[in-house]
Amino acid sequence: MNIVVAIKHVPSTADELELNDDGTNLDFDEVDFVLNEFDEHAIEQAVLVKEAAGGEVTVVGVDVIEELDGVLHTALAKGADKAAKIVGDIEPPINSHTHARWLADAIGEMGPDLVLTGVQAVDDLDGQIGPMLAAHLDMPYVGVVTGVSASNGSVTVHKEYPGGVMAEFEVSLPAVIGVQAAEKPPRYAPISKIRQMAKSAEIEEIDADEDFEYEGCELRQMAKPVSAGHAEMLEGDAEEVAEKIIALLEDRGLL
Amino acid sequence: MSNDILVIAEHLGGKVADISYEMVGKAKELAAAWGGQAIAVMLGSGMAEQAGTFASDATLYVDDPALAEFNPEAYGRVVAALVEEKSPRLVMFGSTSVGMDLAAWLSVKKDMPCVAYVNDLTVEDGELVATAQIYGGKMAAQCVPQGDAAVVSVMAGAFPADAGRGSTAAEQIASPADLSDLKVRFVQMIMPEAGDVDITAEEKLVAIGRGIGSEDNIELAQELAEALGAELAASRPITDAGWLPKTRQVGKSGVTVKPKLYLMLGISGAPEHLEGMKDAELIIAINTDENAPIFDVAHYGATQDLFDVAEAMLEALE
Ligand SMILES: Cc1cc2nc3c(=O)[nH]c(=O)nc-3n(C[C@H](O)[C@H](O)[C@H](O)COP(=O)(O)OP(=O)(O)OC[C@H]3O[C@@H](n4cnc5c(N)ncnc54)[C@H](O)[C@@H]3O)c2cc1C
Ligand SMILES: Nc1ncnc2c1ncn2[C@@H]1O[C@H](COP(=O)(O)O)[C@@H](O)[C@H]1O
Repeated sequence: MNIVVAIKHVPSTADELELNDDGTNLDFDEVDFVLNEFDEHAIEQAVLVKEAAGGEVTVVGVDVIEELDGVLHTALAKGADKAAKIVGDIEPPINSHTHARWLADAIGEMGPDLVLTGVQAVDDLDGQIGPMLAAHLDMPYVGVVTGVSASNGSVTVHKEYPGGVMAEFEVSLPAVIGVQAAEKPPRYAPISKIRQMAKSAEIEEIDADEDFEYEGCELRQMAKPVSAGHAEMLEGDAEEVAEKIIALLEDRGLL
Repeated sequence: MSNDILVIAEHLGGKVADISYEMVGKAKELAAAWGGQAIAVMLGSGMAEQAGTFASDATLYVDDPALAEFNPEAYGRVVAALVEEKSPRLVMFGSTSVGMDLAAWLSVKKDMPCVAYVNDLTVEDGELVATAQIYGGKMAAQCVPQGDAAVVSVMAGAFPADAGRGSTAAEQIASPADLSDLKVRFVQMIMPEAGDVDITAEEKLVAIGRGIGSEDNIELAQELAEALGAELAASRPITDAGWLPKTRQVGKSGVTVKPKLYLMLGISGAPEHLEGMKDAELIIAINTDENAPIFDVAHYGATQDLFDVAEAMLEALE
């Protein structure tokens, strides 16, 4: 089975997010990029399907900040077989419609049986690349999925609803599936193996169609959310904070 | 193009999801500003009664056995056909497991821009301005979809549900799209296993998030919970890792809780987690990141290491 996983490099939300001078987006020079959390799960799920059903896993991403190699090497160290990146004169931010068009062109050429994406990435406005890829490639899409198993030209997936309820679907291949969580926690790739991949792996380069333009939304402003309130902060060292919390609970009859 | 708004309602287990009413209420306001109609659209089978519970200007109920349970392909075909027929100015979905499968797909199929994770919508000089939550709730982006028509997906809880509840008679129609030869087939619903405890019934919860670091550290949180007479709850990464059972997960894909105390250790406050706990009576958050979004929602907070505070609390409680 030919499995393709689309992976994305996103600004780390663990850090302070700096805005650019006109307040319309992040200052991309000032943020750290990490692999989108749900893409770790998509990679893991792809490798699990390959281990169970045989085949090959290709990871592909748009190399927006020219630092994608690191995550591609990590994916290879975790069990992917091939890696490709879409390159060109790319200036972030790129809207989802453009990402989807580029990825669909590249993935379509690979003739996949199964395309996995993360259910979502934290950074963008436009929603999900998964359903967009499915629309471009004219394949069915099921998202918010935990667990994919393949048999005879179809996959069985579990889609999550609130409260731990799930629906089971059978989906004819080829299909695009948006992964929320892999059946097992993503495996760890030893640094030595990633280094080895960095030395030996070949990454295929695919040119982005830079003429494609999509005017999706005009981004007027980006700002830290204006919240209705803010927590009253408990000052002091850990002991003092602990005492203040306990006092709060005693006041309310919660202890 | 019309000035109408299509609101794609959702239901699960025969019950209309609140997000549907939340969207209808907002859609009425926007449609009035444009001089159009807010049209609720319900897809299902045997749901005529539920379809009559919206305060919409009009309601369409598409009845077909293939629509009894959500099926992204079948629902997608119907919604695309309705959009073709009605050419609405705006199509609203919930930012939910259902809406997430459809909004972006429709946006490509019908070439309309799409804004996801929307928590505010206004009409300014006739233009739609959408505010979306991005970067895990750390940023809010205001944007104006270009072109004649747009798709949005709306966060649960962003608008009041009561404004959308009412009793507009639904017009029942047969599916406007062919629903044979589906490549996606619904097999069955899988209900959650009965949990060890029902955290929705607990008065006090100690909730742990990724900040807990490793499975070994759960013991400390467990001790603290016991000392407080509370039960443990968790954010998604903890249950995904298998460190606590899925029944302990609070949020969008977990349960919604409203305890008297929700003490949070190392949870950032992503929108998907907030959906499940923002109405707790007393929220106290411990997080080393002073900019964590949770501090906008918690009643009390401390920028402290959770281990230091947990240990100090245990000591003080002894
Ligand atoms: C469709 C969908 C459904 C989802 N459903 C849910 C859901 O039901 N429930 C849910 O929770 N999530 C859900 N998520 C995931 C959600 O997007 C977030 O990824 C998740 O809530 C983050 O969990 P967290 O806050 O524990 O982790 P993080 O966001 O990684 O936050 C960890 C926090 O711990 C702090 N920290 C680290 N070390 C320490 C320390 N020593 N002391 C104190 N603080 C520390 C950090 O500053 C950080 O703020 C869903 C996502 C999707 C896409
Ligand atoms: N630029 C990209 N390159 C590769 N994959 C992407 C890209 N953008 C999004 N994806 C995939 O689509 C998923 C959803 O992302 P998004 O639509 O940005 O929320 C991600 O988890 C990735 O699997």
